[in-house]
Amino acid sequence: MVTVSPSTFIRDIEALSGEKVSTCFQCQKCSNGCPATIAMEIAPHRLIHMMQLGLRDQVLRSNTAWVCAACETCTARCPNDIDIAHVLDIVRQMSERAGARPDLQDTVRFHSAFLSSVRRHGKVFELGMMADYKLRTRNLFQDIGLALSLLRKGKLKLLPRRLSAGRPVKDIFRRTEKAGR
Amino acid sequence: MNVSYYPGCSLHGTAREYDESVRAVCGVLGVKLDELHDWNCCGASSAHSVNEALSIALPARNLEIAEKAGQDLVVPCAACYQRLKRAEKRLAGPSRTSGKDELGIHYEGKIKINHLLDFLSHHVSERDIKAKVQKPLAGLKPVAYYGCLAMRPPKVTDAANSEDPQTMDSLLCALGAEVKPWSYKTDCCGGGLSFTRRDVMNEFVKRLFDMAGEAGADCLVTACPLCQANLDNYQAEVSQRAGKVYDLPVFYFTELMGLAFGLPGARGWFGRHITDPRPLLQQRGLL
Repeated sequence: MVTVSPSTFIRDIEALSGEKVSTCFQCQKCSNGCPATIAMEIAPHRLIHMMQLGLRDQVLRSNTAWVCAACETCTARCPNDIDIAHVLDIVRQMSERAGARPDLQDTVRFHSAFLSSVRRHGKVFELGMMADYKLRTRNLFQDIGLALSLLRKGKLKLLPRRLSAGRPVKDIFRRTEKAGR
Repeated sequence: MNVSYYPGCSLHGTAREYDESVRAVCGVLGVKLDELHDWNCCGASSAHSVNEALSIALPARNLEIAEKAGQDLVVPCAACYQRLKRAEKRLAGPSRTSGKDELGIHYEGKIKINHLLDFLSHHVSERDIKAKVQKPLAGLKPVAYYGCLAMRPPKVTDAANSEDPQTMDSLLCALGAEVKPWSYKTDCCGGGLSFTRRDVMNEFVKRLFDMAGEAGADCLVTACPLCQANLDNYQAEVSQRAGKVYDLPVFYFTELMGLAFGLPGARGWFGRHITDPRPLLQQRGLL
């Protein structure tokens, strides 16, 4: 079932991202430079076009924003100065609020593990973050060999660094949670 | 020359040899690095993926600390650099939205934020670099791999040439290496996809290796801890998927500077790599 409401969806995207997505004329420069199109169901320029056409459900259900590597090639090259990578950030956030597809959850889990480590320690405690991510994705044994090599070479600290940035960083998380822009 | 130094989360852990080589090389070049007091994580890609305000507030706190310290800031990690620059543009740039009040952070843009590669290129002359070279990297055939975030987007990073940067190429030439030109110097290594979509990252890395090979290179040189990790750590896996063997050493540019300068710690840095670069260096008579 296709829901078409061009006036609200594109306005939502533009308001949340601050980007003039309606100026896109599908020159395809973004998709041509995008390395991740090999894994995208819908290429970036087509996704933008779908936003312009108000195809909200299709856009929010696609995997495009989830496979994006945030390399910002699209942003750097867009002749209309649209920060496409940022628009994809917004799409990612909107699709998560709408209920992200189960097969895309690893990305959500990764960002949660990363940010929870930052929130707790002020910096990423790499070993803790990786363990948290592996537990969330129930994928404990992938990269065990790599982890052991890194430990042996002194590249994985066993304990987080104690630092006073902890409190101010927790404050930042609290304050921006409300903003959630 | 005194600068503030923002290492970023991985430089004390998984990118330890980058931090070690940066400190050693800066020491020799007369650049005094003052690690930023009580710095916090820049948020990397996770913050901007999830919450715009958080993604600005986290790096902005570091800018506030750096401005109080009163020295220009040098950043070795490309992702950290770009996030700090984004915060700078938001708080003190020409189109500032002045998030100061909501975020409670005060930053006026009085200090300059530099990516380490850019900083060394502009503040140390080619003549001074050559003067420090004890052991020219003759016979080494690197490709310079800049990655994404140190350069893009140019209106945030202020990068001079984001499509075909030359700073690392020139630096490696000055060290005596036979730098190979190639078209993939700013093609993505996969970034965080190494955690969330390893299969896609493997494709990116395979392409980089194949193109480096076509260019006649025997190693890659990076300026970002995540690029180095993605290229260095998974070669066995990439080889298996591709049905051929990749064994390409991946250096931090500061490691090669240290090697060429004859610094004693260099051997130790190379020992920390997953893909051992020592056989190649020994073959070329550099170790």
